[in-house]
Amino acid sequence: MPVQSPDGGQDVATALARDEAASPAFPNPTALAMAAVEADPGRSTKKGIGVGGWLSVAWLVLLVLVGVIGWVTDQKFPGLPDPRNDVGDFKLGMFSSGHLFGTDGSGQDVLSLTVNGTYASMFIGVFSVLAGFAVGGLFGILAGYFKGRVGAVLGSTTDILLAFPPLVLAISIVTFLGNSLLWVTVALAIVSVPVLSRIARAATLSWAEREFVTAARAQGAKHGRVMVKELVPNVLPAMLSIALLGIAVVIVAEAGLAIVGAGVNPNTTITWGSIINTGRDDIDSAPHIVLIPSIVIFITVMALNYLGDALRAKFDVRESAL
Amino acid sequence: MRTAFFKLIRLVVVVFIVTFLSFSMLKLQEATTGSTIIEKIAPFGSPAAKQQLADSLHLDDPFFVQYGRWLGNAVQGDFGLKYTGTGDNATTGTPVSTIVGKKLPVSIELMIYAQILALLFALPLGIYTAYRNGSRFDKITNIVMFAMLAMPAFLAGLALQLWAAKNPNAGFPTQYTGVDDFPLTPFTGENFKQMLLPTVSLAIAQIAVYMRLLRSDMIATLQEDFITTAKSKGIPARRVLMRHAFRPSSLTLLTVAGLNVGALIGGAIIVEQIFNLPGIGDELVRSILGSQVIETQAIIAIIAIIYVLVNFLVDILYTVLDPRIRHARAIA
Repeated sequence: MPVQSPDGGQDVATALARDEAASPAFPNPTALAMAAVEADPGRSTKKGIGVGGWLSVAWLVLLVLVGVIGWVTDQKFPGLPDPRNDVGDFKLGMFSSGHLFGTDGSGQDVLSLTVNGTYASMFIGVFSVLAGFAVGGLFGILAGYFKGRVGAVLGSTTDILLAFPPLVLAISIVTFLGNSLLWVTVALAIVSVPVLSRIARAATLSWAEREFVTAARAQGAKHGRVMVKELVPNVLPAMLSIALLGIAVVIVAEAGLAIVGAGVNPNTTITWGSIINTGRDDIDSAPHIVLIPSIVIFITVMALNYLGDALRAKFDVRESAL
Repeated sequence: MRTAFFKLIRLVVVVFIVTFLSFSMLKLQEATTGSTIIEKIAPFGSPAAKQQLADSLHLDDPFFVQYGRWLGNAVQGDFGLKYTGTGDNATTGTPVSTIVGKKLPVSIELMIYAQILALLFALPLGIYTAYRNGSRFDKITNIVMFAMLAMPAFLAGLALQLWAAKNPNAGFPTQYTGVDDFPLTPFTGENFKQMLLPTVSLAIAQIAVYMRLLRSDMIATLQEDFITTAKSKGIPARRVLMRHAFRPSSLTLLTVAGLNVGALIGGAIIVEQIFNLPGIGDELVRSILGSQVIETQAIIAIIAIIYVLVNFLVDILYTVLDPRIRHARAIA
């Protein structure tokens, strides 16, 4: 990384990369990839989130709504054929009567599968990142604030988690512990803990030396209070934008797990990944089975990436005004 | 030199913990699912055969003794067997090390190809868009790269597979069609034909990551004072760009390329699955589906060890390449 002004906490991506560069003993490729997503000096930072941002928000709100309905109805979305029991003709094409997006190799309605799969895919994406956010954030802030022994212990813990390639770690957790929706979520949460912890640590390091933190300490504030009142509000925005990117990564990872056969048990739960995986056998005769959920994943990832980027640019404005 | 020594110690410790964790996973599975290793490997064996298998695996020893024996054997290249029988002949099988020796080169080849391809596209694009920052070409490239970033390896792989299925005349197989005796001789026409689509699938997202990183890095470097100095001395733009701006920026890129191996391994597992390439990821999935718990555990340990070693080497390489880090102690 080129040497940029090392004073503020504004550029977490840079701070993180610098942190990596300083001691990349067991470095974190995901965070660096995220830094690559993040660092984009060409983008204007003055605007709001823009039209693209609002479109992204609209898409994500829609997904959450669909997901909640899918959850409440146990993956039997009202008004659509029951994906498991209302079986039509095999491999109907797009725009067939009664099946807008056709049917898959066993006659299940692809639109209904995709809509109902939203619940599980979003559940995994949101809750694993949320769990990783809470645990990783706590680890990172503690490690960044108490640099001594606590930092070393927490640092080593994340280093060991990082010593497994993320997907391999997730695969082994799922195969050895279980392939229910909950275990897959736990597996991907464990994988995201070290990433989010690194971000939180880098952000904390860059804020902990600032004047207002010293001032709070000088006024006799206890460590807990300094962390909660002074550090958390400043570290949160950086983590939030990374968390959005993280949800995208996790949704993709879920599909990847499904493709290698280590995803959520497809007999009990429909996910976007499971639809893609079953559709792979018919890719040359009925490509729409794979195409529809793939496009949904693609749009979702784009929306999350875009918002993550926009959010960061927006928070930068606030921070540089400090 | 001292730091290198500490890094080596740290490497050894992490290798110990990583192997220990992969070893414990088997025991953890027995505890959570209630099905023993023996039941998984030889569900149809007679009690005598099961006892024989248990003896050969020394399952009655204390846990740490088992781990010690496993590690000792692993160091000598013995990772146990992939069992061929599920009944009374349960103790027969192929050594995992033989299988890994055959399949690992395929994955390594795939990852190296993908890495080369990604850099081949990312370098010129990154340099040029940084140089012409804000131009129309830069803006269009950025949008394309943003889309490519949202294109995980499996999406790219499936799209390419579909393309190959619709265009059989292009001659690219939708699935690996070679003999099982991989690796095909590298750098031959047949090899490229089999590997091209998997390589492109794996490279697409990497291109975007590298290009965006290099571009932002170059833009920042181009604003440095020494670039202005170089320009004002009348050094040609090309030389300023390549020698003064690219060289410091390339260091970051090199590190990231090295560190990216974790993401590459994950991507390779998925791409191998899609194109049916007989690599280590494919073997991992086979072992999981076939309940070959000993093999699964061995492959996970092997991948983790390779990953830790690569990270260690990148770390050392980085120290050697970057004079600021090499001389950091002297300055401090």
